[in-house]
Amino acid sequence: MPDIRGRNNNQKGLEFTRWATQPALIFTLIFFAGPLAVMVVVSFWQRVYGKLVATWSGANYSKFFGTDYLLESLTNSIEVTLVTTIISILLAYPLAYILAYRISPKWQKVILIFAVLPFWTAYVVRSYSWLLVISENGIINYVLTGLGIIDQPLQMAYTRGATILGFVHFFTMLLTLTIYANLVQIKPSYQKAAEDLGASKLQVFFRITLPLSIPGVAVGAFITFVIAIGDYITPQILGGSTEVLVPQAIMLQVSRAANFPMASVMSITLMLVIVIVYAMTSKHLKMDRV
Amino acid sequence: MKNLIKQSGSGLSRRKFLGYAAGISAMSALPARYSHAAKDLNVLVWCDHADELLLKPFEEAHGVKVNVKSYEGTGTALSILEQSAPGDWDVLVVDAPDTRVFADQGMLEPLDDSSLPLGDLFKPLTSAAFNYIDGVRYAVPEKFGYYGVAYNKEKVDEADMRSAQVMWNDKYKGRVAVYDYYFPAMQLIAISMGVAPENISMDDLPTIREKLLAMKPNVKLVGDVVGVQNALVNGDVDIVLNGAEFTVSNLMPSIPALDWAIFDEGGLMWIQGISVFKDSNNKDLAVDFLNHILSPQGQGTLATSECYWAMPASSQAVLNDDQRKILRWDEQAAFMERSVPSTISDPDIDAAMLDIWTEFLQS
Repeated sequence: MPDIRGRNNNQKGLEFTRWATQPALIFTLIFFAGPLAVMVVVSFWQRVYGKLVATWSGANYSKFFGTDYLLESLTNSIEVTLVTTIISILLAYPLAYILAYRISPKWQKVILIFAVLPFWTAYVVRSYSWLLVISENGIINYVLTGLGIIDQPLQMAYTRGATILGFVHFFTMLLTLTIYANLVQIKPSYQKAAEDLGASKLQVFFRITLPLSIPGVAVGAFITFVIAIGDYITPQILGGSTEVLVPQAIMLQVSRAANFPMASVMSITLMLVIVIVYAMTSKHLKMDRV
Repeated sequence: MKNLIKQSGSGLSRRKFLGYAAGISAMSALPARYSHAAKDLNVLVWCDHADELLLKPFEEAHGVKVNVKSYEGTGTALSILEQSAPGDWDVLVVDAPDTRVFADQGMLEPLDDSSLPLGDLFKPLTSAAFNYIDGVRYAVPEKFGYYGVAYNKEKVDEADMRSAQVMWNDKYKGRVAVYDYYFPAMQLIAISMGVAPENISMDDLPTIREKLLAMKPNVKLVGDVVGVQNALVNGDVDIVLNGAEFTVSNLMPSIPALDWAIFDEGGLMWIQGISVFKDSNNKDLAVDFLNHILSPQGQGTLATSECYWAMPASSQAVLNDDQRKILRWDEQAAFMERSVPSTISDPDIDAAMLDIWTEFLQS
């Protein structure tokens, strides 16, 4: 005899799920899908002397992809973001590992508070603070010249390196948190079993710990990529506009010319890059593991 | 709140209470225009209009509240207005050359000359070009300044600062910041070439582009006012091109080494104009606000605002000797005589210049 009661319960569960997801669905439609559709439509329009003219023209796309210095903003953004993500992972992983396996639980909490400290400071303030450290008369140059290590101050501010430094400071801590959260979920019995079977410490790390912690790395790296590639403040303040990244190119179009069609093309391109990165990393993106 | 819930059994049910609460929440989230008192004045202006010293006397004299929304960049103002309803805004402050953009879209109210204290304006500011569009006044000049050069006089030769050739002077390689505003920067280059800014044509742009790109080795950063100020104060740069009094004057009382000038070859003036919106529901009050801003006291306060200093449009502005010295009051006659307004009337040239600027930043 079929379990009718069980099926009824399942149906009720499904109905509840359907009902409960409606607000989120409506919210997404209004605040994401709707504006995205508007942005796609506007990207085919033209801005003519202060007015938006509704046309169906691919001229903005042709201009963006056919102009070297505009397309360069995209390659600059991808380069800066990739370097930031890689350096942040390389710094964050050992930090998270030590935190998860070498520090007592009591101290872990204290260190985790320090890890989130950068998030407590306003983004703009944090960027200007870095300028005080790396500027010509900043702390680093002051110490190095004072110790006689260098004669002339190092040029650190207003460079791509300064932008990456500002990003890495923030995202290393973010990645530390996601990787740490993943590492502490790995059952110690796996590592113990490997050791019992004769695996060395390095073999345990490379064959057990590292593969199992990939979801934490992937989630952190993906979040880092998404936030960094869309960031305007850090390259503007620390990079000094000595090169243009896509968010700065968007701002130039919006704030100076109110050219929303061209800004939309750039924004859509940026979103496509993120979609591609998501597609490449999606198999490792397991949010339940972080 | 507790009492209200207790009463739910006798009249105010929990559902009703939640309904009222949601209603109150929704009302508090309504756009500001619905919550304003009838005598509020909503002004869309630059940051120099936000000082309490400037607004309080007007608010007290008229018993009103002035709601300030400050913005940067004409494009930003246009986008704010595109998202606003008619009547949301009463007063606009904008770069004088851009007044036409708003007037052509029917956003601005024609102003009556007799209702404004125009007699006190510096004479060069009274020319038709700064005051009328097709014979109609839509804005009044309220403050002005120059695009030139700001510098640390302890680090540079002041004589160099008076020549436009400083833009390419090898002595200052890597010691220059550029204020991030594309068309005055390129108009300054035009001045150095002997081309009057108002006569720049498409044919001039290739040479301007070449000279702009040739400037890059000297340039350490391109930034907004705060960015270039920060670099100058930190010692990262010694010169700010495309800047002048608006870049350093408010810092000069505490850092006397800073100064500014315009080039001997010619100066480039920026002028901000103040207008009334056509759809304003408080037009009389808005005109009163314009009169307050143009009064001697208002002009003095506006000229020395916390956000940035610049020359008042009125020759009767109340300023002390130190403030006049910082603003180079004594040199104004000569400065104005050899300066032209930074205007751009051809949208195609404007768009081409923005493209060249983006290329310059990227180079």
